[in-house]
Amino acid sequence: MLNEFVLPNLAPAYPELLLLTMACVILMVDAFMGAASRALVAALSLLTLFGCAVLTALTATGETTLTFSNMFVDDAFADLLKMLIYGSVAVVFVYSRSFLRDRGLDKAEYYVLVLLATLGMMVMASANHFLTVYLGLELMSLSIYALVAIDRESSRSIEAAMKYFILGSLASGLLLYGLSMMYGATGTLEINGVLQALAMSQANDIVLVFGLVFVVAGFAFKLGVVPFHMWVPDVYHGAITPMTLFISTAPKIATFAMVLRILVFGAIPLAPMWQPMLLIMAVLSIIVGNLAAIAQTNIKRMLAYSGISHMGFMLLALTTGVFNGHAAYALEAYTSAFYYIVAYVLMSLASFGVLLLMSRAGYEVETLEDLKGLNQRSPWYAAMMMFVMFSMAGIPFFIGFFAKLSVLLAVIEAGLIGVAIVAVIFSLIGAFYYLRVVKNMYFDAPSDAAPIVAGTDVRVLLSLNGLAIAGFGLFPGWLMKLCQEALARSLY
Amino acid sequence: MNSSLLSLAIWTPIIGAFIVLLTGDDRNARIARPLALISAIAGLLVTIPLYTGFDHATANMQFVEQYAWIERFNINYFLGVDGISVLFILLNSFITIFVVIAAWEVIETRVAQYMAAFLMMSGLINGIFSALDGVLFYVFFEASLIPMYIIIGIWGGPNRVYAAIKFFLYTLLGSLLMLIALIYLFTQSGSFSILEWHQLKLGMQPQILLFLAFLIAFAVKVPMWPVHTWLPDAHVEAPTGGSVVLAAIALKLGAYGFLRFSLPIAPDASIYFGPMMITLSLIAVVYISFVALVQQDMKKLVAYSSIAHMGFVTLGFFMFDSNRMGSMLGIEGALVQMISHGFVSGAMFLCIGVMYDRLHSRQIADYGGVVNTMPKFAAFFLLFAMANAGLPATSGFVGEFMVILGAVKFNFWIGFLAATSLILGAAYTLWMYKRVIFGEVANPHVAELTDINCREFLILGVLAIAVLAMGLYPYPFTDVMHASVDNLLKHVAVSKL
Repeated sequence: MLNEFVLPNLAPAYPELLLLTMACVILMVDAFMGAASRALVAALSLLTLFGCAVLTALTATGETTLTFSNMFVDDAFADLLKMLIYGSVAVVFVYSRSFLRDRGLDKAEYYVLVLLATLGMMVMASANHFLTVYLGLELMSLSIYALVAIDRESSRSIEAAMKYFILGSLASGLLLYGLSMMYGATGTLEINGVLQALAMSQANDIVLVFGLVFVVAGFAFKLGVVPFHMWVPDVYHGAITPMTLFISTAPKIATFAMVLRILVFGAIPLAPMWQPMLLIMAVLSIIVGNLAAIAQTNIKRMLAYSGISHMGFMLLALTTGVFNGHAAYALEAYTSAFYYIVAYVLMSLASFGVLLLMSRAGYEVETLEDLKGLNQRSPWYAAMMMFVMFSMAGIPFFIGFFAKLSVLLAVIEAGLIGVAIVAVIFSLIGAFYYLRVVKNMYFDAPSDAAPIVAGTDVRVLLSLNGLAIAGFGLFPGWLMKLCQEALARSLY
Repeated sequence: MNSSLLSLAIWTPIIGAFIVLLTGDDRNARIARPLALISAIAGLLVTIPLYTGFDHATANMQFVEQYAWIERFNINYFLGVDGISVLFILLNSFITIFVVIAAWEVIETRVAQYMAAFLMMSGLINGIFSALDGVLFYVFFEASLIPMYIIIGIWGGPNRVYAAIKFFLYTLLGSLLMLIALIYLFTQSGSFSILEWHQLKLGMQPQILLFLAFLIAFAVKVPMWPVHTWLPDAHVEAPTGGSVVLAAIALKLGAYGFLRFSLPIAPDASIYFGPMMITLSLIAVVYISFVALVQQDMKKLVAYSSIAHMGFVTLGFFMFDSNRMGSMLGIEGALVQMISHGFVSGAMFLCIGVMYDRLHSRQIADYGGVVNTMPKFAAFFLLFAMANAGLPATSGFVGEFMVILGAVKFNFWIGFLAATSLILGAAYTLWMYKRVIFGEVANPHVAELTDINCREFLILGVLAIAVLAMGLYPYPFTDVMHASVDNLLKHVAVSKL
């Protein structure tokens, strides 16, 4: 046979190709136009995301298409994930702009790195092969390491980036090692190949379990769940707020995609083995995250710990897909996890968005004290932040309540009432620190009377963001259905 | 089949709240106040057809509305009222008007937010009383914490932050366990419809666990001894309007929960736990009355008296006897007591508010001889104090008397103990009244007091009429609830095992 080069079907990867091209174009624009191009670069970045969204929407057929020798998949799940990623990255761009401009950090590198990280996330969402997963993950992670260190004058940022880099690399190593074991046991790197091999149970169990432990540990690191959570508060705290905003949103979606692709699309027959691992980590995250958050005075650290507990809640849903040997509620369970991630990203965007809105040149909102009296300074944004806090605490009518409700439903349907009670008790404890934020905003007098200034784009988007948290709380059905349909079409 | 009256009752005040919020900051307070009053009155007007159009003969749910809300879990926007819940919707909408008027000149900072919080609260509470879907109930139940948290926290007294957070977390603790119970019921029945849960067969053990989960949720809300400690804090720190809504309406939510969830869903467990509930209620009635006796702070005194009165209510719910005569009297008496307590405690807190607005103190020791400077006020206050003590011809008497009658039918000694509260209630209320109102003018501040103005006269006058009318002719109230209570008791008598 001749080594004939056949061009693979590129259509499913059009959005990725566009993004890559545009990232290069933006670099060139910056190189040739210099500082004069900043507004252009920002506009081009947003336009790129918009173009990707259009392409994804146009190529979305709802069918599952494999390409690049089955390494890359385009299915309804990937399409929805990508749309969510574009959306949250675009929001990050808008929220961050004035903060970065005030500090002279709105260079093209920032936009290019975020776009490359986005490309990594898209690849993760579409991966059907262990190597593709890893490729996407590393592209995303390396870009983020650099982003955390973007404020190179700040020793705190450098420290955070260093920690993140070392621990993140370790996690990648663990993941890679685990994946190699799984390859050894199943003889394939393709995710649906793994599924077939496992279903026919030709696999070597001990090697598999061993590999699975490493894979799960790698995931835990990337998601930031206990006991692999140590980096989360440091990085959230050390990085400048726009980076924290970015880290806490889109990458969570991508990591969720990776977890689901490997554990559910690939290793679902091993669910009885990975579910208990996830369960322990989930419960520990809920406990540790909520308890540690109480002690924080820095709001970014508090949100970091709260993020840990939210990831725990999300994992809780993943552990309930298969029980008593059957997977009748699997779709319900994974939909709940998906919905939880979407809800978390919406809330996280709005919370850091408000912090960015309140920050201005030479002044960063860092501690809980800085939020004091926000209701007197700006009732509207105080209300938005209150929505986020009550939503995170799981109080209706906000999206967070329905996310928690749907996870708890999955957990109780799986018969884990004890776990549900623990989760609920610790959300109660968690409610305390969210209430404290509301208390600072509403019950205390402002310590700072400076007016809150922001561009129209930020104002509009932040308001929409806050209203979405309330709106999806009043009408939660639509988004849930979207998540469920995307998963249902792709899973079976 | 769908009626929209209940939706109107819920959303009219809430939409009104948003309109009030639109007026912005305190420069527009002069617009915010009348707007709030109009919203509150509109809120009451839309609930009146609920009473006039109510069919007294049936125990079925009326004014039913049902729309799919979250299809994935079969959650519906499902509303309806029966004889048990309809009166509370009216009471709630009625009290909201007084809260708005009572705050007219008193609240000067962030007026729009204050009014909006109460209007939202009013709509959400109507939602609680009319929800027939478990999740919808829960959503309203929890969401109503938010405005109250804000009300206590912003406009409350010096220790308001502590009280607000304590109030929120205490109530949340209870309701989260209820959420688990609701989800468990869903997994058993495949539906969140409360009416379907009433028919659901359940074993003894699940019933016991469900009963306990609901008990924690509702006992905190009622509040029953020993989980009552949030109430005195919340009452003392809350602004007058907050105390009124808490005492008059919010406390009724827990008691209502027993009738809507615990009794019909877990009847066997309710009977099993009956003696325990009676014991807890009697402790509340007797012990808390003694606690009330020694209070120095008027608001705290009325707060403890509320706990004691709510003890009567829970006592009335759990006296199951074989011929249903005692329990019938007990539950109807308890419901009458709830409505009456809504008027009386609301009026008591408004009276204390009237004095507080003038002297900025709630300590009994700071008063004395108020009758000399505020004779009209003293007359109203006397009426409400008497009603609080359960004097015949006031509304306070009817409910207590019915519960005591039921208790005597059920067990003489329980009736005897319950009856002591009439003495204790008279003791702490009248002793407080004597120290505050009678005697010589105690200090120069009291000498400077001015009697109630038109606005205050109007509020107290209307409430006085309500208290007397209900005491003299309670039939319109008991008649509405009769069929539903009868049906509930028949339902409880049938074992679900």
